[in-house]
Amino acid sequence: MKSRIKISGITALLSFILTGTVAAQIGKPFIHDPSTIMECEGKYYTFGTGGGGLISEDGWTWNGGAVRPGGGAAPDAMKIGDRYLVVYGATGGGLGGGHNGRILTMWNKTLDPQSPDFKYTEAILVAQSDGIEDNDAIDPGLLLDPTDGRLWCCYGTYFGFIRLIELDPKTGKRMEGNKAIDIAIDCEATDLEYRDGWYYLLGTHGTCCDGANSTYNIVVGRSRNVTGPYLDNMGRDMLTGGGKMVLAAGGRVMGPGHFGRVILEDGVEKMSCHFEADLDQSGRSTLGIRPLLWKNGWPVAGENIKEGTYEIESERRGYALELVVDFVRMAGGMRGFGRNANEPIKPVPSQELADVIDTWPTGNIGVRIGDYMTRPHQKWTITAAPDSSGYLGAPYYKIVIAGTERALAATADAEVITVPEFTGAPEQLWRIDQLTDGTYRIMPKVVPNSDKKLALISIGDSTPTLAEFDMSSDNSKWNFRAH
Amino acid sequence: MKSGIKISGITALLSVILTGTVAAQIGKPFIHDPSTIMECDGKYYTFGTGGGGLISEDGWTWNSGAVRPGGGVAPDAVKIGDRYYISYARGTGGHASEVYVMWTKTLDPESPDFGFKDETRVAFSDGIEDCDAIDPGFLLDPTDGRLWCCYGTYFGYIRLVELDPKTGKRVEGNEAINIAIDCEAADLEYRDGWYYLLATHGTCCDGANSTYNIVVGRSRNVTGPYLDNMGRDMLTGGGKMVLAARNRVMGPGHFGRFIVEDGVEKMSCHYEADLDLNGRSTLGILPLLWKNGWPVAGENLREGTYEIESERRGYSLELVVDFVRMAGGMRGFGRNANEPVKPVPSQELADVIDTWPTGNIGVRIGDYMTRPHQKWTITPAPDSSGYLGGPYYKIVIAGTERALAATADAEVITVPEFTGAPEQLWRIDQLTDGTYRIMPRVVPNSDKKLALISIGDSTPTLAEFDMNSDNSKWNFRAH
Amino acid sequence: MNAKHKTLFLAIIAVIFTGLGLQAQNFPTGRQMDDPTKRDTVRSIAPYFIQAKKSKKTPDAQGFIQRWLLLEPIDKPNRSNTVFTDSYIREAFTTEYFPGQFTVLPKKGEKVKVGEQMLTWHALESTNFNVKLFRFAYGLHKQTYGVLFWAVTVVNSPREMQNVRMAVGSNSASMWWLNGEEAVILSGDRRMVMDDCVSPRLTLKKGKNIIRGAVINGPGMSDFCVRFLDEKGEPVRDITISYK
Repeated sequence: MKSRIKISGITALLSFILTGTVAAQIGKPFIHDPSTIMECEGKYYTFGTGGGGLISEDGWTWNGGAVRPGGGAAPDAMKIGDRYLVVYGATGGGLGGGHNGRILTMWNKTLDPQSPDFKYTEAILVAQSDGIEDNDAIDPGLLLDPTDGRLWCCYGTYFGFIRLIELDPKTGKRMEGNKAIDIAIDCEATDLEYRDGWYYLLGTHGTCCDGANSTYNIVVGRSRNVTGPYLDNMGRDMLTGGGKMVLAAGGRVMGPGHFGRVILEDGVEKMSCHFEADLDQSGRSTLGIRPLLWKNGWPVAGENIKEGTYEIESERRGYALELVVDFVRMAGGMRGFGRNANEPIKPVPSQELADVIDTWPTGNIGVRIGDYMTRPHQKWTITAAPDSSGYLGAPYYKIVIAGTERALAATADAEVITVPEFTGAPEQLWRIDQLTDGTYRIMPKVVPNSDKKLALISIGDSTPTLAEFDMSSDNSKWNFRAH
Repeated sequence: MKSGIKISGITALLSVILTGTVAAQIGKPFIHDPSTIMECDGKYYTFGTGGGGLISEDGWTWNSGAVRPGGGVAPDAVKIGDRYYISYARGTGGHASEVYVMWTKTLDPESPDFGFKDETRVAFSDGIEDCDAIDPGFLLDPTDGRLWCCYGTYFGYIRLVELDPKTGKRVEGNEAINIAIDCEAADLEYRDGWYYLLATHGTCCDGANSTYNIVVGRSRNVTGPYLDNMGRDMLTGGGKMVLAARNRVMGPGHFGRFIVEDGVEKMSCHYEADLDLNGRSTLGILPLLWKNGWPVAGENLREGTYEIESERRGYSLELVVDFVRMAGGMRGFGRNANEPVKPVPSQELADVIDTWPTGNIGVRIGDYMTRPHQKWTITPAPDSSGYLGGPYYKIVIAGTERALAATADAEVITVPEFTGAPEQLWRIDQLTDGTYRIMPRVVPNSDKKLALISIGDSTPTLAEFDMNSDNSKWNFRAH
Repeated sequence: MNAKHKTLFLAIIAVIFTGLGLQAQNFPTGRQMDDPTKRDTVRSIAPYFIQAKKSKKTPDAQGFIQRWLLLEPIDKPNRSNTVFTDSYIREAFTTEYFPGQFTVLPKKGEKVKVGEQMLTWHALESTNFNVKLFRFAYGLHKQTYGVLFWAVTVVNSPREMQNVRMAVGSNSASMWWLNGEEAVILSGDRRMVMDDCVSPRLTLKKGKNIIRGAVINGPGMSDFCVRFLDEKGEPVRDITISYK
């Protein structure tokens, strides 16, 4: 039943996938204020404002189905030990505009509503605002400090301060005697992260809930202490409105807000958010998942690779992935240095596919890495795979020599070749993740007869293979250059 | 005479400039193995293989005219005190070659002070040993004032010798050190505690089929070992890519570095073949970036339509006009997930332009909302004027001729029609960190060199460039 | 629709309006009495403000001006801040609400009549870098949303200072004048960020200089912060602030 629904979603959305942006999730990814994405028994979950949330089997196609009681706004989630802690803000009793919010936590052993273990514990109040003070206790965000295991929660909106409290990671209760600390103004939907000696406070600035006119954008400050001060790139405290941009509107999506971070493995991180309006999806509020980059110690939203034609450049040597075919010379050649400077200028045509394709074998052709010469055997067209399969935040890609259906494919002996026709077989589908340093990892969906997860690697300057990804080696990294 | 030549060059090349790459120099920038670019009395000079070289008045239009005696190949140049030292190499048969150094007080052949003196041989190869003494490159070490020269080609080793910076002669008793294999046209640079050996790998002199590319290794000592990003010694063939072929230019080689000022650097090279210029070997000048301690070739801004984003806050440059709302707005969270999906059109210029004033309109920095008053079309200025390595640009609101302009009180506005006036022309330099500096060609009634600055999150102005402040930096985003 | 769903629906509506900032007091609902501010009868402008003293006052360490004459809020019933385009706020701020609005230096305790409202000028010192107009209005039992505030202060400069800039942040839109000349305008639905909008280069005269400002808000926590920056972007601190 589920897969049938998925297929119809795919058909409806295919035209958007093929527009070249590959930005938004597919399925029915409609949500506002998505909680940090959790993985539970092979599925992904995120909860939103108003209750409920989205579930995804692959991280790319999302549909409703997650269950969160309590209603209210802007939840966050975190796995601690073998349990999931979910936190949300119950807005004030005063529907006429009270700011007496309440932050509540609750536990669940699983996020799968079909599981017999699925049952939320009774919600525990950990913070509240009285409706008068300079704070509105909603929009919580959790941080489990990896350096000492302490659990922190930030909360608040534009009504006064963003505040920080400490929770007991064993119970989800407020630590006894803990006093809230003011850490920012001018934000809502905040979240805390730790990386490499720095604490980061990510907040959402601007105006929400106004469709394509929303100015929502995600900003960040950082501090050496979880309690602040959180300063931006200008040295400005977030308590005076500071904030460095992480993600703003772009293309056809407006108003990103409510940051969440997913660390997949060393060097591979994603950020989640919602876009207030995805113009390709009726202008609705949708889930966004982007690569998360770290530049000079600052988080920046990356971008899924856009559909197009690229040089695939190795980070190791800077050479380009190419077919193993005879090099076809362009006309001309050595011309000497003494030529008359006043010869009339006339452009020389670039080498085109038609000039060379008849010299290529028709069967499988090997792949190597060579000096980039802007030639047809070095130009790869990359598009989302037609079957709409994906992984967290992006579709699998089809990678073919530009102008052909000759597709890059993994072999059973963990090497790479090209096959003359793309068939959609899983070894011809490629996962492309932008890494935290801005370079890319390229992985086949499967290596035939293997369950290993291997990536495209430079094993020599001129030789690619499939092997284990290693973030600390330039062998594992690639760049896509559009010339 | 000279300017007449320039104009005809411009006309012939206009179509090339307008293709969107803005990569190559204009004029008649034909050269092979250009020496590091020197500035002398307001003009730029580079020498090439075979003698002679190029001169440019602005750094963008280059024509022949530089004079270097001695013939031979692949010169380099360095300014020490009030002298320009030039090194070059002459073959004496097979791989027997000699590296010479000479100096002149000026590079301007019209000047009475022009004349090369004290030519001296500083290195040679006997034709049998594992070295061919050509392709010299200088380094004046900024930490201690010592002068070094590397040389060599694929025939054996790249070698390093020390010269006397007062005379250009080989330091007495100095022994050459092997520092690399597999390269030619090597050059040494120093930056931030590291010595860099930049060299050219691949095959030269084969037009569009040349595989020339520029690679680098680095060392804590000028004498090496020079290791690449894989930890490989350049003595075993190591080398990290700095620049390879791009689009219509093939075979970059013979690196040179030009530090314009703190944060603004350029690299020079030649392309074995510029397909837009008969496939000839031409001078290339690109921004030089430093990423994680490695030099990387940047790119001149391509023609196109962009968001101009401040590095300070991440907001974007926009007209001061009333925000025009798109249809719709708040829609509630409880909408039926199964409603049919239908695209919403983006806001277009025609939807809003009638709400804009027709005269000058101010400029501010605001939340990027992908709206017409935030989209700027950037093209090289039609007069082909330029600066080192780039043309001045015209910056207009996409779909209009409304142009960004500097005012006499050092602020920025837009004028309704681009006229080509110098305050409407913009210099755009990619900085060493990959962001950009944007400067008007002139600020009216001022001789100050000012740049576009974020003086507030939402307020631009013109003020002095400061590489240490994100206020001075911008990004161009093509969405 | 069962009860559970109804509650959820109401909660959603609440969130929608919280998000939009449309939680204005005239939003009709049967649960209005839950609003704790209705029961908060012992209001005060403390600890956000103290009465302005006569002693010399310099800006704070970061150069922010904390001594101001503030007029009780003028009723300006905007239900949303989406209308604050440049044209709208220019119109709203150049409208004359009371005589001498752009010329007279008001006195502490002076009353002005704006439409049917009788409003008082207060001479106050903010205890924060920013001036929390919301707390000013709330503490005085005045309306907090759908408002337009006027603020005036006097900057005493020991010498002529050229090429200084007025740097302003405000929630929401605002407009500022120095010695009767427009200095800077902040349009749109804004939050207060220090140094958000900055004036062109200005000259502070030797002696008295008058700053006037107007801040408009629909639903939102009105406040502003103002300082002067010198040519190097450093805060100007060698000035004193008075209200006479």
